[in-house]
Amino acid sequence: MNATLPERDFAQKWHLKALFAIILVAIIIAGSVQKVGIETEFSWDQFFQIWKEMAHPDWSYFPVIVQPILETVQMALVGTLFGTLLAIPFSLMASTNIMKNKFVLSVVRFFLNIVRAVPDMLLAAVFVAIVGIGPMAGVGALTVFSFGMISKLFYEAVETIDEGPVEALTAAGANSVQTIIFAVIPQVTNQFLSYFLYTLEINVRASTVLGYLGAGGVGLYLDQTLSMFLYDRTAIVILGILAVVVVVDGISNHLREALA
Amino acid sequence: MQKVNRTLWQRIKPWFITLVVVLIYLWAFSGIDMSSIKETAGEVTMAILNGLFHPDWDFVYIGDGEDLINALVETLAIAFLGTFISAFLTIPFAFLAAHTKRGFSAHATIGKFLLTVIRVFPEIVLALMFIKAVGPGAYAGVLAVSVHSIGMLGKLFGESIEDIDRGPNEAIVAAGGSAVDSWTLATIPAVLPAFMNYTLYRFEIAVRSASILGIVGAGGIGAPLIFALQTRNWSRVGIILLGIIVMVTVIDYLSGQIRKRLV
Repeated sequence: MNATLPERDFAQKWHLKALFAIILVAIIIAGSVQKVGIETEFSWDQFFQIWKEMAHPDWSYFPVIVQPILETVQMALVGTLFGTLLAIPFSLMASTNIMKNKFVLSVVRFFLNIVRAVPDMLLAAVFVAIVGIGPMAGVGALTVFSFGMISKLFYEAVETIDEGPVEALTAAGANSVQTIIFAVIPQVTNQFLSYFLYTLEINVRASTVLGYLGAGGVGLYLDQTLSMFLYDRTAIVILGILAVVVVVDGISNHLREALA
Repeated sequence: MQKVNRTLWQRIKPWFITLVVVLIYLWAFSGIDMSSIKETAGEVTMAILNGLFHPDWDFVYIGDGEDLINALVETLAIAFLGTFISAFLTIPFAFLAAHTKRGFSAHATIGKFLLTVIRVFPEIVLALMFIKAVGPGAYAGVLAVSVHSIGMLGKLFGESIEDIDRGPNEAIVAAGGSAVDSWTLATIPAVLPAFMNYTLYRFEIAVRSASILGIVGAGGIGAPLIFALQTRNWSRVGIILLGIIVMVTVIDYLSGQIRKRLV
């Protein structure tokens, strides 16, 4: 019986890798608990008090937030458009099959990685400092944020195209601009549009909270109602955000299915 | 040569779509007041760029717990604990939302709606609620991350439960196993790699959100950043941004390597 069992060496037999991973995770957890300091009492009274007040939304506040919610959508639309326009040249420069110069390729990719590493709210904080309070700060933050995200999605799409048309055009004597317009762009248009809509969904979600830092949109009302402890109004703002996100996601999903 | 007959709608459809898109964008641009940019915008941009290239290196390590390293470690601790707790909290939600049988399923519909609500509920508001309950600090951040992550993890976990091969479950039931046997011996082993993969992915996102929670006082690197921005201490802003970029890049790389091995 024993002879039919597969041979396992010491490490496999005692699951050393898994054991090591579990011990490592346990150590990190212990360290994190130490760092965060979870000895404070959780005050359920305070916590449920907010929920109780939010359970009775102040519907008279609804008309006040309609305009800011629309502004949120406008910011997302404009930011996504600017981000996409910026991303197109950069994504072409970051595709291995278009950009043959290894040095430029790695510089562009490094730059895109850095842009993608900055969280959207931090961009908003920086843009509020630069252009001042208002929707322009939100548009700036969303432009940079969607630029980073779309560039990566786009260059991955460009790298998966069929090389046949590119070679045919090059063989027929087309220059690189003509090759991109007639061989690359037609192959990726649908994917580009689909990624544009996907980014728009994420931007609508992001833009609802950007206003918390003064970057325009409905987030400002989140800040105001919360700092005045008017949780019945906060509930309305959250319901409004929920509604706009669900509607935009629904439309965008429908369009993306039609594109696929 | 025969002409292809197209209906009126087919002929005008591209123009109609273009018109709708143009109208949507005219509306969008009308809402953004481009003239509201401060005159100092160029100056401030240069100052921030200057700060990025001349960062305040002294801030990296001071030793009294108010430095960059300390704040970054706290941010990572918030993200790690939050994601870890969330992975466990998510499991019941995921099984509730998983649509594993043919036809309408009430629990899956309810579960999916619940997860959408959690996903959309702003993390900052959650953080403020938990600050009410436990006071300002990293603990509130951990709780906010662990509740907010349920929304996305529940969706991803639920989808991987839907995708597994049902064969082993049926085999165990056919051999006389109970529902618990089928669960522990067939379902869990099949979904575990996907669960771990998604948890790591969510950890990458949690690192980003933990670095902003400090804005409302829920611990991490956000608080010193906002303070530096408000006091116009650009070299401080520079070093904090650099610190965040390095932290996020390293975590993304490590997590990506581990995830490659899991699949």
